Amino acid sequence: MSSSASTLARAARLYEAPVGKKAVMAISGVILFGFVLGHMLGNLQIFLPPGIDGKFPIDAYGEALRHNQPLLYGTRVVLLIAVIAHIISAIQLATLKIAARPVAYARYTPIASSYASRTMYWSGPILAAFIVYHLLHFTTGTVHPSFRDLHVHDNVIAGFSVWYVSAFYILAMVLLCLHLYHGIWSMTQSVGFSHPTYTPKIKLGAKAFAIVIAAGNISIPLSVLFGVVK
Amino acid sequence: MRLTLHIWRQKSPTDKGRMVPYTLDSVSGHMSFLEMLDVLNEQLIGKGEEPVAFDHDCREGICGSCGFVINGVAHGPRRGTTVCQLHMREFEDNAELYLEPWRAAAFPVIKDLVVNRSAFDRIIASGGYISVPTGSAPDGNAIPVPKQDSDMAMAAATCIGCGACVAACPNASASLFTSAKISHLGLLPQGQPERHSRAVRMVAQAKDEGFGNCTNIGECEAVCPKGIQIENIARMNRDFIAGAAAYREAQAEAGAG
Ligand code: HEM
Ligand code: FES
Repeated sequence: MSSSASTLARAARLYEAPVGKKAVMAISGVILFGFVLGHMLGNLQIFLPPGIDGKFPIDAYGEALRHNQPLLYGTRVVLLIAVIAHIISAIQLATLKIAARPVAYARYTPIASSYASRTMYWSGPILAAFIVYHLLHFTTGTVHPSFRDLHVHDNVIAGFSVWYVSAFYILAMVLLCLHLYHGIWSMTQSVGFSHPTYTPKIKLGAKAFAIVIAAGNISIPLSVLFGVVK
Repeated sequence: MRLTLHIWRQKSPTDKGRMVPYTLDSVSGHMSFLEMLDVLNEQLIGKGEEPVAFDHDCREGICGSCGFVINGVAHGPRRGTTVCQLHMREFEDNAELYLEPWRAAAFPVIKDLVVNRSAFDRIIASGGYISVPTGSAPDGNAIPVPKQDSDMAMAAATCIGCGACVAACPNASASLFTSAKISHLGLLPQGQPERHSRAVRMVAQAKDEGFGNCTNIGECEAVCPKGIQIENIARMNRDFIAGAAAYREAQAEAGAG
């Protein structure tokens, strides 16, 4: 007989409880948050003018990523695992939530919570749909009108010139803002950190990051629609 | 003052239940909410109707028996107050009030506004205890306790177990209650031996009772009549994660204190 439970048994015990599932959401969430932050910074290169060789910096960036296979596939694998873990635990927690209140209130008046916190189960799944669309649009080009591999700059301009495509991107970024507005501080609470001095600052930082990430990304379709970048 | 009340009437746990409107005249602002319902019940009894069932005991905000949802807010509009301590002067003349029981699968309705909160008792039984040597009383100050720990433990220990946190939570989670019970023992030296196993057991019991999961919404601490804070939930999460991750099987039959 082994003297201690196996690692697998311990992980199962942890994950079985809602608290463990929330920890998985928090850890996968922080990975996704790190990615969307880096991705937004990468995207903003669209505003840089072409170099002396006439090449757009964002195209050079795209090529550099494409040629760094370990980085590219490493990131893709980590993100895929994070997204799957995040979505599976979200579905399981949503099931629990629905079962926990079978009869709804005739009147329910929130008095303290943010709109963002109460809509996590809406903003999340819509973001998932957006992510699928986004990959088919700018990564594979399947739903793009004039996709050319590695011509990032031209693809972005052509993609966002369609107003309703831009509108959907902007909507998705507003939802991402809401999701992160609550999510970035929520994950600290989920893994057990709370302190009257630091938690209010974390909440403030969460709001700032959420708004900066969404605003940074939204600036791109807006700039294309208004002809600021061509 | 005059009130229109829409009250959840449900004859028995198996009855479907529905909202029933009542009007009540000459309500005094000095009445507590429960006294107002007493007046309504007198009138109903006079008319040969079934009075509205609601839980209450101390009527001074300390026992945790009373509580229902008034216009979508557990314990009504006044912060840090149970319904027995809520006075009718908080409401306008001609107000329209909707009274509903705590709604959660783990709190089945017994009748009208009365729910069965035994699930809370079972959560306590699963881990809300400490191991102490029996025999003569220990010296009062034999075990030093840091002041900030005793403050936090005492604040958590003010929980009266009314269930408003579950009622206000969009997920019907019992996290605020469970974490308050975990904290008031886990913060003190006497609670250390079971600190992690307590968190693991009580969290598991809350799930088995059918309470939902916490999404850090914060409605619970806003309606709590005792001002219990969600910092306790972070502490519960911390103790649970540490307890579950470091779990070991017992290595010998005997040996526990
Ligand atoms: C861009 C991608 C995403 C990012 C950056 C992200 C980030 C986060 C973060 C940081 C949290 C907080 C974790 C916690 O409270 O412990 C969170 C929670 C959550 N996420 Fe996401 N998420 C993303 C996509 C999604 C998707 C696609 C779904 C849909 C299935 C989703 C559903 C949820 C849900 C339901 C919660 C729990 C809400 C709560 O407990 O308050 N998320 N997310
Ligand atoms: S009746 Fe005791 S707290 Fe209200």
